[in-house]
Amino acid sequence: MTRFGLFRWSVLAAALTPAASLVYWTFTGDLTANPVDFITDTTGTTALSLLVFTLTVTPLRRVTSRNELIRLRRMLGLLAFFYACLHMLTWIVLDWFFDVASMAADVTERPYIMMGMATFLLLVPLAATSTTAMIRRLGRRWQPLHRLVYVAAATAVIHFWWVVKADFRQPRLWAVALCVLFGFRVWWVLQAHAPARA
Amino acid sequence: MVIRKAPDIRYSEVTPKALYVRRREFIQAAAVAAAGAAAALSPVGGGRVHAQGGGVKLPNLRKSQFSTTEKLNSYEDVTGYNNFYEFGTDKDDPKRNANRLVPRPWTIRVEGLVKTPATYDIDSLVKPYALEERIYRLRCVEAWSMVIPWIGFPLADLVKRLEPLPSARFIEFTTLADLKQMPGIRVPVLDWPYVEGLRLDEAMHPLAILAVGLYGEVLPNQNGAPIRLVVPWKYGFKGIKSIVRIRFTDTQPRTSWPVANAREYGFYSNVNPTVDHPRWSQATERRLGEFFRRKTLMFNGYGDQVAQLYAGMDLRRNY
Ligand code: HEM
Repeated sequence: MTRFGLFRWSVLAAALTPAASLVYWTFTGDLTANPVDFITDTTGTTALSLLVFTLTVTPLRRVTSRNELIRLRRMLGLLAFFYACLHMLTWIVLDWFFDVASMAADVTERPYIMMGMATFLLLVPLAATSTTAMIRRLGRRWQPLHRLVYVAAATAVIHFWWVVKADFRQPRLWAVALCVLFGFRVWWVLQAHAPARA
Repeated sequence: MVIRKAPDIRYSEVTPKALYVRRREFIQAAAVAAAGAAAALSPVGGGRVHAQGGGVKLPNLRKSQFSTTEKLNSYEDVTGYNNFYEFGTDKDDPKRNANRLVPRPWTIRVEGLVKTPATYDIDSLVKPYALEERIYRLRCVEAWSMVIPWIGFPLADLVKRLEPLPSARFIEFTTLADLKQMPGIRVPVLDWPYVEGLRLDEAMHPLAILAVGLYGEVLPNQNGAPIRLVVPWKYGFKGIKSIVRIRFTDTQPRTSWPVANAREYGFYSNVNPTVDHPRWSQATERRLGEFFRRKTLMFNGYGDQVAQLYAGMDLRRNY
């Protein structure tokens, strides 16, 4: 295996560790006194982390000129989606146990749930169009579509912000990270459009 | 023949054993497995830690007619899942960090509209009272709940002894705020020190107690040692911990959560399933240890006893 291949496998293993830990803690009885809350928080935080890591791939690639990094991007994005699915399933199965009426009320009356749902719905088309075949089929339209990942990351941070009672350190950190990453893109676009020097 | 009655052992005769530090027994699996930058992915939490303090039996406890017969939450849950932001904002932070709290010697300053403002040693303050067990439901504003066997005495008994002036209408409590003992106050999550309060008639209600123990033992640090308030018909955050000051006032105390966010938290904070938190529903709760949510009861099920305190009040506005 190439060194990069090994790196990719270790990133995958690390990214799957939170899920594996949850399974492990289920059997050791270490899911805290409030397992539903703990699973929700763990899967939510991991989904958001991975989403933001996905967004760091391209800047890292440009800064380091290591093109193979691009091979991490789809994997990280799909892992983020995987955790978003676990997170939502936790809400549906463990939190409400398929109580459709209560879930509907939750989505319509609770802005933070609405924001979480919006994030999830934004991630669905991205995951669905992540296969090589779909990338080919969409051609030039693929990239504009996948810029939605920025919107998803932003709504995820807002969702997190609205969950928190008083300690905003974590959502603030993610908001700053997003701003920096977005700043990179804006900077490059401006650079590209800057008038050529005489 | 003389039948000797067992003497009531007073609280002051029980000295907490030396507090000891215990490290987390369980190193998070994720932290071990995920190396380097990947470590940032790993979740925070999980793991077992031990109760700080506590462990000293409080004998000869009286039973109370106010106790519920519901199933108790485990000692682990009661002492391992806490909101005590002075020790950190995660639920397991208090258990992990509260070993730094030194609950003896401890003094409480009594001031404001009271006959004789003074500073009391905790043991002399608590000494006159025979301790009772009160098994109460605790409903957190975050929509989870527990059943906890507190040990304490009626707040009313202390208030009467302190003799507030006729002009006193409220009682205000303050928590210790000492950075050396409480690492959490380095972060301005709330405007430290933590302040809570009650209307005086609420404070005089027989259900309101000052707790010095739980599960038959001296109060563990993370639960608010050496003395804390328990007001079972209100959201948990009204039960202020590690009290160092009691003040009687004629104006409503500026309590910490309404100061932090007046739209979301009110002075009264009575458990009320019909008035939602602006961000989440208060209609149901998760009793820790149960899978399905249960319906939240008005005044946390203590309505028969306390509803008359709020007769004629609009509880939507006075949330
Ligand atoms: C159907 C969609 C979603 C629903 C219903 C939902 C619901 C929730 C709930 C109930 C909580 C916990 C609130 C609490 O602790 O009291 C939460 C927390 C969170 N969610 Fe979501 N969520 C959704 C989608 C997402 C997505 C797509 C992401 C990220 C990509 C996300 C990230 C988070 C984060 C970071 C937290 C905070 C965790 C913490 O407190 O440490 N959520 N969400």
